[in-house]
Amino acid sequence: MNAAEPRVASVSTLRAIAGAWLEHKGRVAVSVLAIALGVALGYAVQLINQVAVSEFAQAVQTLSGEADLVIRGAQAGFDERLYAGIAADSQVAVASPVVEVDARVVGQDELLKIVGIDVFRAGLIQPGLVGEGGEALDTLRDDVIFLNAYAADWLQAAPGDTVAVQVGLGEVKLRVAGSVRAEGYRLPLAVMDIAGAQRRFEWLGRLARIDVRLRPGADVEVFRKRVSEGLPPGVVIERPRASVESGARLSRSYRVNLNVLALVALFTGGLLVFSAQALAVVRRRPYIALLRVLGMKRSTVLRGLLVEAGVIGAVGAGIGILLGYALAQFVLRVLGPDLGSGFFRGLEARLTAEPVAAVVFFALGIAVAVLGSLAAAREAARADPAPALKAGDEQRAFARLERVAPGMALVAAGALATLAPALGGLPIFGYVSIALVLIGTILLIPRIARVVFRALPIPRTPSMAFALLQLRGAPGQATVSLASIVASVSLLVAMAIMVGSFRVSLDAWLGRVLPADLYVRAGAWSDTGYLSRETQRALRSLPGVARVDLVRREQILLDPARPRIVLLARELDEKDPTRGLPLVGPPRLPETGDPPELWASEIAADLYGFSTGRVVELPLAGRNVRFRIAGVWRDYGRQQGALVMDRDRYIALTGDRKANDGGLFLAPGASRETLARLITQRVPGGDRLEITLPAEIRSRSLRAFDRTFAVTYALEAVALLIGLMGLSASFGSLVLTRRREFGMLRHVGVTRGQIGMMLATEGAVVSALGLAVGSAVGWVISLILIDVVNRQSFHWGMDLHVPWLPLAAFTVVMLALASVTAVASGRQAMSGEAVRSVKEDW
Amino acid sequence: MLTIRSLAKHYDGPRPRTVFTGIDLDLAAGEYVAVMGESGIGKSTLLNLVAGLDAPDAGSIALEDVELTGLDDDALTVVRREKMGFVFQAFHVLPYLSVAQNVAVPLMLLGWDAARTGARVAAMLGAVGLADRADSPPRELSGGELQRVAIARALVHEPRLVLADEPTGNLDPDSAAQVLALLRDAVKASGAAGILVTHSRAAAQTADRILTMTAGGLRPGEIGP
Repeated sequence: MNAAEPRVASVSTLRAIAGAWLEHKGRVAVSVLAIALGVALGYAVQLINQVAVSEFAQAVQTLSGEADLVIRGAQAGFDERLYAGIAADSQVAVASPVVEVDARVVGQDELLKIVGIDVFRAGLIQPGLVGEGGEALDTLRDDVIFLNAYAADWLQAAPGDTVAVQVGLGEVKLRVAGSVRAEGYRLPLAVMDIAGAQRRFEWLGRLARIDVRLRPGADVEVFRKRVSEGLPPGVVIERPRASVESGARLSRSYRVNLNVLALVALFTGGLLVFSAQALAVVRRRPYIALLRVLGMKRSTVLRGLLVEAGVIGAVGAGIGILLGYALAQFVLRVLGPDLGSGFFRGLEARLTAEPVAAVVFFALGIAVAVLGSLAAAREAARADPAPALKAGDEQRAFARLERVAPGMALVAAGALATLAPALGGLPIFGYVSIALVLIGTILLIPRIARVVFRALPIPRTPSMAFALLQLRGAPGQATVSLASIVASVSLLVAMAIMVGSFRVSLDAWLGRVLPADLYVRAGAWSDTGYLSRETQRALRSLPGVARVDLVRREQILLDPARPRIVLLARELDEKDPTRGLPLVGPPRLPETGDPPELWASEIAADLYGFSTGRVVELPLAGRNVRFRIAGVWRDYGRQQGALVMDRDRYIALTGDRKANDGGLFLAPGASRETLARLITQRVPGGDRLEITLPAEIRSRSLRAFDRTFAVTYALEAVALLIGLMGLSASFGSLVLTRRREFGMLRHVGVTRGQIGMMLATEGAVVSALGLAVGSAVGWVISLILIDVVNRQSFHWGMDLHVPWLPLAAFTVVMLALASVTAVASGRQAMSGEAVRSVKEDW
Repeated sequence: MLTIRSLAKHYDGPRPRTVFTGIDLDLAAGEYVAVMGESGIGKSTLLNLVAGLDAPDAGSIALEDVELTGLDDDALTVVRREKMGFVFQAFHVLPYLSVAQNVAVPLMLLGWDAARTGARVAAMLGAVGLADRADSPPRELSGGELQRVAIARALVHEPRLVLADEPTGNLDPDSAAQVLALLRDAVKASGAAGILVTHSRAAAQTADRILTMTAGGLRPGEIGP
């Protein structure tokens, strides 16, 4: 060997490769496109998620300003007497008290965040929140607000205008005096004097937050620990960053799942590259053997083929990055940064190209293409040149793929991985399990195919008989072409079963949790709308009302690393306290001396360990109160977890008699329509109540559900498209490999139509096998999704429901598409070129 | 049996080319002729035209008084299926079928039942000396054996015309001699007419007569044995 050999060899390889590429531009383009689509989806989802989280972080940062630490607690805040002690601490430079409410603007559905500040202290920590414009004392007046640009634009309000905000069922009018810069906060925001906010929004004696800046030289962590020990239950002191993390944590599972789904498209693209490269390498087997005969080393062949895949990956990934950026921009414009999920409602998106993410996805695209090509490249390099030179040696290339042990081992490892717990709150092993089961099954397909093809009877029709004989005799090519279609079908079936199960379970859940005939609500998401005692009395006294079940919704802080948990104080039926609570297990019957009962949602049970029978402490009204968990119930409505307790006990503990929602049960003979009219007419402020029928809530919830999963469906559709492209490319490649066979058949009297029928039969049989295996694996993966991934990601359970009809329709369409694809790919097989190819010796 | 008159073939494209003009040929039943000529002169094209796999630009081809040039593709395919047999240089034995299944392909296309097919295939394999290799996969056979499978396949349905395009081009001299003898004997035994396209004078000499192909037509060569 001399020093020049590698260069010469590389040049030869690249020339051979380039020649093959130029000959099959279409099929190379399909591989490039598959990688491009996968990278584009992954990069786009990553960009969108990053936008959402960074916007959220920036919003939190703007509100807390330059604070070193933040003291916060329940949604209803904490006793303002805490402030005096903090402000007087020798290490504190500034302590800025804050009241913060999300208020419903009269006549609008969206919310306006109103922040009440002490302008003298806030000016030192959050200068961006200090109002500008107006008269000198406007920042201290209790009926004056300053709007940021987003609020002014949304409300079309200028200085001097009045903004009416709902409080209870009444309204509070606030005069717009000027503006606040609040740069970085890209949602509607209003700022007013803290005393005014406390008085106007019934927050007297309470604070939502204290933002603290320490004196220079003070140790933040030491101070935090010291103050933390003296705080009342349910109140924490933490760095502002922690609020961002706990807030972002709520959506993390959703974001990670979307990322994984997007990567599925890339994975399917990798399988497409595997199929395409395996078939292309088989087609070029004699050429490669010739190069080996002429002196090319195995390692040079391997390197050349991997470089070829790398170039495909690089081109695809490059296109994918550009495509992903454009896609992210488009999606942000159409759906917003929360992709329809509602996690970052209303957040304005500002897209920036993330160079690190771009590099990672570019590298992933190349890696996937190279890995996809590795098996084929290794086989080609390993093949002995002498037999490889002869026609008919192709099947030897596939023989190695028929080994059962690796596939079985991967499936078994996948099964074991389902037993592992979540890692950092994420179902990492669930994803690993899905990947192992899927790859293991793909490795088993050649053997499954051989068994199935042998078991099928040979039809009498010659063309169909040839098709089956071909599949029996040479299952390798066909099964290689199945990899991408099995992957995409199985993942689509899995998602369809999971989403179908979720939807049916959600529907059933809605039926259970909405037992009343009519529901009233005082401002959907606002902190300021409520049903006062007078309103409650008025509702109860309406003719036609048999009973009113009132609910008070509060959010309390159990773990500073997590978002606040929802506490629902409900009027429980003494005879059947779990009525309307969809329990997932038997309740614990109360025993003498037991603490009061508390019902935990599945999510709360998972996140906080609130299992049935356990005694827990809740911070209520500044003190810890003991409860016994009486049962665990299913809740799809509150992802941060929810607890249900008796409302009378809640009132006794907190003195809070307000309610947020009410479920009205009709007396015999009463009608919903009449009652709805009476509520509007006779209840003071009744026209501000949101009155809904259970059916409306149900259909609205299901619509929201469908919107959330629309992105999921879109990602799956792309994976399926890549799978179909893979099938098409594989069949095209197969036809090329077999053109001498078709030429011979034309010579011995096989018509073009019969060759078409033969290819359609092969396409249908291979696709049917792919669909059957894909569906079976899809079902298994759906169980992993439901019982492991969903459970560990979102902590909610669901009942298995297979959407048979849509899946059957999907199967029929796929079979038809695959058959048409096979015939279309076989056009060359029926051409004159095929006839002439009988002259070829290889 | 086969009558060709004034046959001409021209290829269009970036480099248009007249392959040949004025080809005339009469072939009687049981007659076996060899066609020789330089590479690229159009010998294989002539076979493709006779088989109806390519369309002539002028002239006529009649097989057993049926004019082939006027038939559509499906009708030509049926003629090939019923009345013609092919032997190729590169064998073209389907690798995924056994030896017997390969030989049975024409009979499957003609709709023969399994029992009749089995008996006929066994007889043909016996005739070409491969009775004991019926269930073998083609990859286990030598080149000479593969070509014998191809000959059995070409004759299994008792065609009226056998077309052989360089059938010994990939074989060693001994195998080539055996295959040529077998092909001639089989064609003769079946009473079919045969056209052997070859470069090899030795191969051509196994035919009843030799024709040499030129751009202007077929001219008689030396008479065979």
